Amino acid sequence: MDTPSARTPSPPPAPPPVRGQGARRRFLVKIARAAAGAGVFALALDLFSRDAHGLPAVALRPPGAGDEGAFLAACVRCGLCVRDCPYPTLGLARFGEEVPVGTPYFIARRAPCEMCEDIPCVKACPTAALDPELTHIDAARMGLAVLTDHETCLNFQGLRCDVCFRVCPLMDKAITLEMLHNPRTGKHAMFIPTVHSEACTGCGKCERACVLERAAIRVLPRHLVKGEIGDHYRLGWVEEKRHGGPLVPGLIDLPDRMPASPSPGGRP
Amino acid sequence: MTAIRARGQYDAPPPRRRPWLRRHKWLLLRRASQFGVIALFLAGPMYGVWIVKGSLISSKTMGVLPLSDPYVALQSLAAGHLLASTTLIGAAIVLGFYMLVGGRAYCAFVCPMNIVTDAARWLSKRLQLPKGWTPPAETRFWLLGATLLAAVFAALPAWELINPVTVLSRSLLFGFGYAWTVVFAIFVFDFLISRRGWCGRLCPMGAFYGVLGAGALLRVAAKERERCDDCMDCFAVCPEPQVIAPALRGTQKDASRRILSGVCTNCGRCIDVCEKEVFAFSWRLAAVRPTGPGVFNTREGAREAGYSHVETTEGRKP
Ligand code: SF4
Ligand code: SF4
Ligand code: SF4
Ligand code: SF4
Ligand code: SF4
Repeated sequence: MDTPSARTPSPPPAPPPVRGQGARRRFLVKIARAAAGAGVFALALDLFSRDAHGLPAVALRPPGAGDEGAFLAACVRCGLCVRDCPYPTLGLARFGEEVPVGTPYFIARRAPCEMCEDIPCVKACPTAALDPELTHIDAARMGLAVLTDHETCLNFQGLRCDVCFRVCPLMDKAITLEMLHNPRTGKHAMFIPTVHSEACTGCGKCERACVLERAAIRVLPRHLVKGEIGDHYRLGWVEEKRHGGPLVPGLIDLPDRMPASPSPGGRP
Repeated sequence: MTAIRARGQYDAPPPRRRPWLRRHKWLLLRRASQFGVIALFLAGPMYGVWIVKGSLISSKTMGVLPLSDPYVALQSLAAGHLLASTTLIGAAIVLGFYMLVGGRAYCAFVCPMNIVTDAARWLSKRLQLPKGWTPPAETRFWLLGATLLAAVFAALPAWELINPVTVLSRSLLFGFGYAWTVVFAIFVFDFLISRRGWCGRLCPMGAFYGVLGAGALLRVAAKERERCDDCMDCFAVCPEPQVIAPALRGTQKDASRRILSGVCTNCGRCIDVCEKEVFAFSWRLAAVRPTGPGVFNTREGAREAGYSHVETTEGRKP
């Protein structure tokens, strides 16, 4: 094919390669190629794993798990916590589930955390993904219960179900029943299950026990349900209490405009 | 052919094939070990016999001995989590153990994926399929680096989302889900696309243990390499055949008889298949000398083995 002929002048011979140069060049190209390949692979893996950060709201982490990012970095997905949980609560996410594969979780409606006093799951964890400083189960914050559906909760209908209230391991602290006027009957009370976030452990027993076909009270990850007031915000009555008196001395206290108070001049 | 004989050598040729059990000793031991490990883990959840709890990634034996996979622990470290002492101790024990017995002894004697890839290889050989595509030899080490890099980027042990080794071992112990798809994919890859491709070229876990093996004490040695009659059986059976030649042919820098490469899995298959019983387990630091007389292919071989008188069959009638 490349036979030099009279018509096609043969190109000048290439300068003889400096010994080793070609080899070094090839070596460098090879390294660069491999490094680039490894980099792309790492990036793809990174993107893929970012996808896998998502956790369905019904999946709760065992007690002692910190925020999801820290937990995922720490958990080596060994299943020791699952094995030491004496109840069928914990399971390891299997391949193809929505929970990052191999990580422990539970679904409250299926099997809530039974709040073991000795917290065997935390003791079993070899990596401290479940915080070993958690020694009192009441300090666990696996999620936060919320009365999500006022339209179906029996107590909201003025009935006395109270089941969620009574199964709560921190009854009267994490859930209380708040009495409200029942406008439907006009003369009865409604006892509204009310969750207090500073005490609720998120064990899920209330959700598990709710008598409805589908629970009206749900335990959800805290970050999904807990609101946060801006730092600058001050609640007057709290500040006043802390201060031990009016914040601005000598300020005239105008009458509060409550709905029932007569409006001046008879106008609404 | 010219054979060179050393004085005092046995005259009757050895029986053509050694007994079957002898030829499969290490293979059987390996399978027993692989299934035994799984059985040990399963005895707890299935029969309530809690000798070992957890999984291959991290476990507790008899309630006291913690063991952790150092590669997974390293990923977690790379992800920015300072591991608790239990994991560090557990990983150190495993690390120490494999530094002793050869890193990739994990691959040969413990890893459940090995059963899958061995099956794929057996089948593809049986059906005489072509060897297929072979990724460059150092790919696995790049992948190993990449998985650690990904753990840093993603701030979680990213490879553990798909690592077929841990996915399979967890699935065996905690239920499968779709894990069979991953396992099946590796099987198909090794069966149709690249024979020995997964363990030999890609698996970062194998690469990690290969690095550990670089200094491992327990080594296979071509102790009686003078006896080798070039049947190539060991090359055919070895999952990493490139490691054999330097030791068998004496082309290693120090002409050592020991297989020094960390990627040798210490599986012992070469010991099993060699009719001439060339190979044996040995220690990295032990001086390896041949133990008996034999047939030598070269005069030098016989001299090197310490025989001063060599007689040859050259010029003789066979
Ligand atoms: S506290 Fe008890 S029931 Fe709850 S997850 Fe841990 S081991 Fe299971
Ligand atoms: S024991 Fe710890 S590291 Fe193991 S799966 Fe449970 S949380 Fe993860
Ligand atoms: S158990 Fe369900 S229905 Fe009953 S009070 Fe609680 S939330 Fe309402
Ligand atoms: S190379 Fe990987 S998959 Fe193969 S045996 Fe070793 S650890 Fe297991
Ligand atoms: S050299 Fe022998 S022990 Fe090493 S991997 Fe090959 S067959 Fe197995």
